[in-house]
Amino acid sequence: MNAQTNLIASSERKIWPLTGGVHPEENKHQSTTRPIGSVPLPETLVLPLSQHAGTPAEPVVAVGDKVLKGQLIARASGVISAPLHAPSSGVISAIEPRPIPHPSGFSEPCIVLSTDGAEQWCELTTIDDYRQLPPEELVAKVRAAGISGMGGAGFPTAIKLSSGLSIRTLIINGTECEPYITADDMLMREQAQTIIAGAEILQYMLGADECLIGIEDNKPEAIMAMRTALSQSASADKMEIVVFPTIYPSGGEKQLIQILTGQEVPSGKLPADLGIVMQNVGTAVAVKEAVVDGKPLISRITTLTGAALQTPGNVAVLIGTPAHHLLQHAGLQDSQLGTLVFGGPMMGFSVERLDIPVTKTANCIIAATRSEFPEAPDPQACIRCGHCAQACPASLLPQQLYWHAKAENYEQLLHHNLFDCIECGACAFVCPSAIPLVQYYRASKGVIRTLEAKQVKSERSKARYESRLARMAQESAEKEAKRQANAERAARLKAAKANEQPGVVEEDPIQAAIARAKARKAATAGQPARVELSAKQKELRFSSLSPGHRLKRLRRRSAQHRLLAMTPRLHG
Amino acid sequence: MEIVLYAVGALLLLAVLFGAILGFASIHFKVEGNPIVDQINEILPQTQCGQCGYPGCRPYAEAIANGDAINKCPPGGQATVNALADLLDMEPQTLDAGADEVPVTRIAYIREAECIGCTKCLQACPVDAILGAAKQMHTVLADECTGCDLCVDPCPVECIEMRPVAVTARTWSWPLPSSDALIATDRRGQML
Repeated sequence: MNAQTNLIASSERKIWPLTGGVHPEENKHQSTTRPIGSVPLPETLVLPLSQHAGTPAEPVVAVGDKVLKGQLIARASGVISAPLHAPSSGVISAIEPRPIPHPSGFSEPCIVLSTDGAEQWCELTTIDDYRQLPPEELVAKVRAAGISGMGGAGFPTAIKLSSGLSIRTLIINGTECEPYITADDMLMREQAQTIIAGAEILQYMLGADECLIGIEDNKPEAIMAMRTALSQSASADKMEIVVFPTIYPSGGEKQLIQILTGQEVPSGKLPADLGIVMQNVGTAVAVKEAVVDGKPLISRITTLTGAALQTPGNVAVLIGTPAHHLLQHAGLQDSQLGTLVFGGPMMGFSVERLDIPVTKTANCIIAATRSEFPEAPDPQACIRCGHCAQACPASLLPQQLYWHAKAENYEQLLHHNLFDCIECGACAFVCPSAIPLVQYYRASKGVIRTLEAKQVKSERSKARYESRLARMAQESAEKEAKRQANAERAARLKAAKANEQPGVVEEDPIQAAIARAKARKAATAGQPARVELSAKQKELRFSSLSPGHRLKRLRRRSAQHRLLAMTPRLHG
Repeated sequence: MEIVLYAVGALLLLAVLFGAILGFASIHFKVEGNPIVDQINEILPQTQCGQCGYPGCRPYAEAIANGDAINKCPPGGQATVNALADLLDMEPQTLDAGADEVPVTRIAYIREAECIGCTKCLQACPVDAILGAAKQMHTVLADECTGCDLCVDPCPVECIEMRPVAVTARTWSWPLPSSDALIATDRRGQML
């Protein structure tokens, strides 16, 4: 025990305190009693095309296709996107909307894979020494492996690794501050060497001088395992395991940076602007597997916990495994189940259905009894106690945000930096009036995002409308110019005519037409031009013909008349 | 007596001086157009639908600047009316169109099998959001359609309809918690 305490306390590095924070009941011991288990292969895997922040992936397989384990089934579309791979071998049985793990409870397009049980891998390209390859190539491997952040919002990892900014510090996040969740804890206990190997690769990719691995002091076994693994590795001098006191939400990206470096990420900036990149321990493992073993991200460690389960614990699950399959494996007592929560109790969301699949970001599933997660009490009025402001890790004013959110005063919400809220729920946790503060902020953020999108669209519509007006104005101007040019030419011709025959006074267009006709006649040498002329023009033209021609023309006309008059008779 | 002349002289001098400054400013710092029209136009939703009775958002903005009512924009909804009232320092009015304060976003949809390729809707679209050519099937660029429904009437075969834009997991957002209690006694009132 003493040695253990020493190991925990031996962190010499200066650490900074977290602003605010709360101490909710941890409830982590229930799921750390047994090692990471495995579940039998489910018959169907449901893979939502949108498993990450950004644009959904595009399927590259069709229904009925046979796929191998690890084969690409949907490619990234756009910059902020990640590809998707078959977690097992089998046949694509459907591509259709299915319920996804999302607070809205909506169905979104998913690829449904019927497994064949063979678990036959596709061909993998392994690397012996990744240092032989340039970092860009390794980043491309990470991108192709479909890795997105496995701790939180699921931001595609490759983007964080190729920001183009010079990175000084890599932070590996093993904090896992949210109650109930123990996936990272168990991963650090059991796969510490893989995490260190992944961290080494990440450090090489980023060219970072130092690597800090941050772990809360409530995970002594994980800290020991990580320290042991680090002392055995080659890069012990370039990495450091930093242990700090347990407080929620120290695992938030900006919060952990503040604890480990004392620096605050400015509002609207990214950690990369400070020369820092943070990756979760699960992501480090996925990166190692992608780079060294060539394996895409097709499985993850998920905590199955809650009082409605007989054997809570952590399992390695294939992405796309339906929740009920996992819960049955963990001994779900249906009658006990009150709420099913994806994620932790502070930031997760409850779902209504049991067939929702595990995604790349699903770190925890809590099958809670009714007494464990009782229904929220009715909110009382705000008594302006100010506890929320003391708890806020982002140094915001939750009370002011609450009033403005209630009044739908979005300008003031932005003024009070609503978008720096990390939705950790610390304010709502301490609120004596049980006001669902985070829900107010989430709702307001949603409205503001919608309004901003509308504003962008209206700007575009305006530009399109104006360019259409400009185009139409240009078209009519061109028409007008053409008309003008025609009129001018006619006037010129008239003037020329007037100059030639000063005595003759005639109507200009007719004269011009006659002149044109004459010119054409002269040019075609005797072949009469077929020009449609008005009666007056014909008359004029007739009078200008020679006597012989006139006679001929008269005969032709009368013959035509006769013909017309005799048409019925001709038939008879 | 002398002091009065001094005073008059000084005032005269000041008048000439300020007059010169104002004259200079009116020529060299002249504002082209009416800036309030631009500000109003920024608030209007740019659907260019003409439901206000003007042939576009900017003409309506000009009309508002000349004193027309601010509640004639159904696509903008009550939010636009409120924003205009705020900008122009007027009493917010209720929307002319009626109770439909939250306008449902809709976009045009062409049933392509029925389209005869007459190009009439192309000419009606104020934002060039319909793609097609004579005797070719037309289609709506969904991202650019403002939902003004100006293309619906010109269609001779009535193959254009306005469809509401479906909410997806990406566009969904949490609803505002429904609690009207401002003070604790409100709740007691409800219970009684």
